[in-house]
Amino acid sequence: MASKLTTSNRAGWGFALPGFGLIMLFIVIPFFFAFYLSLTNQRLISPNPTEFVGLSNYDRLLSISVLSIEPETDDAGQVVRDDAGEAQYPRVRTFTRNNPDYPQYAGMREWFRWHWGETAKVVVATDVVFWKSLRNTLMFVLVVAPVQGGLALCLALLINQRLRGINFYRAIYFMPVVVSIVVVSLLFRFIYDGNDGLLNNILGFLSFGLFEGRDWLGSEGTALGAIMGMSVWQAVGFHMVIWLSGLQTISPTLYEASSIEGASKWQTFRYVTWPGLRNTAVLVLIVITMQAFALFAQVDVMTRGGPLDSTTTIVFQAVERGYGKQDISGGSAISVILFVLVLSISLIQRFLTRER
Amino acid sequence: MATINADNRGLRLAVRYLVLTLIAIIFVFPLVFMVMSSLKPDLQLLRDTSSIRAFLPVGDISFDNYASAFERVPVMKFMFNSLVVTGTTVIMSLLLCSLAAFSFVFLNWSGRNVALSIIIATLIIPFETIAIPLLLFVSKLPWIGMEGMTFGWLDTYRVQIIPLIADGLTIFLFVQYFRDLPRELIEASRVEGASWWQIYTRVVMPLSGPVLATAAILKFLAMYNQYLWPLMVVQQETYRPVMVGLQYFFQLNTAWGEIMAYLTIITIPVLAFYLVLQRAFIASIASTGVKG
Repeated sequence: MASKLTTSNRAGWGFALPGFGLIMLFIVIPFFFAFYLSLTNQRLISPNPTEFVGLSNYDRLLSISVLSIEPETDDAGQVVRDDAGEAQYPRVRTFTRNNPDYPQYAGMREWFRWHWGETAKVVVATDVVFWKSLRNTLMFVLVVAPVQGGLALCLALLINQRLRGINFYRAIYFMPVVVSIVVVSLLFRFIYDGNDGLLNNILGFLSFGLFEGRDWLGSEGTALGAIMGMSVWQAVGFHMVIWLSGLQTISPTLYEASSIEGASKWQTFRYVTWPGLRNTAVLVLIVITMQAFALFAQVDVMTRGGPLDSTTTIVFQAVERGYGKQDISGGSAISVILFVLVLSISLIQRFLTRER
Repeated sequence: MATINADNRGLRLAVRYLVLTLIAIIFVFPLVFMVMSSLKPDLQLLRDTSSIRAFLPVGDISFDNYASAFERVPVMKFMFNSLVVTGTTVIMSLLLCSLAAFSFVFLNWSGRNVALSIIIATLIIPFETIAIPLLLFVSKLPWIGMEGMTFGWLDTYRVQIIPLIADGLTIFLFVQYFRDLPRELIEASRVEGASWWQIYTRVVMPLSGPVLATAAILKFLAMYNQYLWPLMVVQQETYRPVMVGLQYFFQLNTAWGEIMAYLTIITIPVLAFYLVLQRAFIASIASTGVKG
């Protein structure tokens, strides 16, 4: 379609350059810069020149290993047991600190362990906190993506009926989306509070006082779940609207046809609605996944990664190191790992949802 | 038979509204709680959480919390900073992104397809993955101002504005919209001798109301609610926006009334804006999903 009328290199570049230039300067270059920085020992402010250190940042972040520890035995070769009959194991630090027999474990710390017969299998990593942040982020993505996407679809179906005043409900469901996640996080700190928290009181009321209050953000078992719940509450309206716009592209004649054929509600959904939502589903899934991987503000405001690193995330670690400790190279390495994760999950999702 | 059916229908309708309303309560109760609590003294606020009074403006109602929040934190300054940063970014973004999209859709130039592909590719780069290298980058950038050439953009308005003006999504939205405009219109104007700038300002922009609204709303929400970036690049109060200003309250676990007052102050403008332009807000989110 290259007509002479519309061909102009000067005007073309002139119009595109400001926007394109800013994207190159502030997105594309920093993106590649991250790969470069992750291979150095760059700090935000440092008197020493920057040195190239190869993959050692990644090495430190990702080193992980399984250590098999046999129970301690006494002189007779019998397993030493405590009063409760539990086998006693040598401490992990005897392997990881100054032990010339096990140079591969030097500097590592215990993450978790399980037992294989009498042998204790101990997972040790150089950077246990980073591994926890990987685990927490993946858990967050794996729970939030399907739950939020599914709930959003339910809400969209609910809102997509012809009822008087339905726009009012749509507006209410969408409302938390416009409220900053920082505001929401601070507000929910109060709702989740262990003493006077609203949630404890509401649950106590609904269960006629049977429910005993708990400190939702203060205990390892519930903190991440509490953040997940709040995040879904805040963002589900966004995806409801995207589903809704997908629903409205489905031709009404298809619904008429299925109602003439006497299809049940479930059959109509299964054979008319869902196939029509295919592209929307892919979009919703990818958008939620990308947003979920970027989890930061909630953690920063509500728990600062605690208790016991049970809510720390990849981005939180990147910021904590890159900005907090001014370790730009370490933060950049974490950023690169995050990007590789986001990219590979998106590609897997594309592959699984491809047109067949 | 007929009456039973009618009753049935009425009942089903009532159930539908009941379900819709219960869900609405879930979405709205934290915000109602926030506003109501901001009007109460701390002791009463804590006592009220154990009953329905938490959601009602009852008891000792006053604006005292607002007064003390204003005393503790320079709220107006933060608000002003947020408006400067958000306003400038939104306007510059609309201008530069629409210009770029205009060029991508209506002009032929060498390098066009490559440039557009690069922009589309940036859509899969979450901002969080470039924030750290970008921090180092802006801390070294030069600037020519009143005092001559200086290095480092930290603690300024520009560091909160310039890096965030252009983004792939905004350009993408304009490109999609422009592609649906009739090309004959542009070519006819060319034949009549209109310059590209004239075509942009007099032909294309007047037709672009909906996409401008969409892009403005999305950018406004993203910028006003910005947290990670200003957290890292702004240390001084002088340039701090409202969301980072919240940090003043992080350590004050006792002053809940004040916290609620501050949260209400910074949330009400957005909520009011949303409630007035509700349809446009929802349409703008919906339009990001139509073609995907």
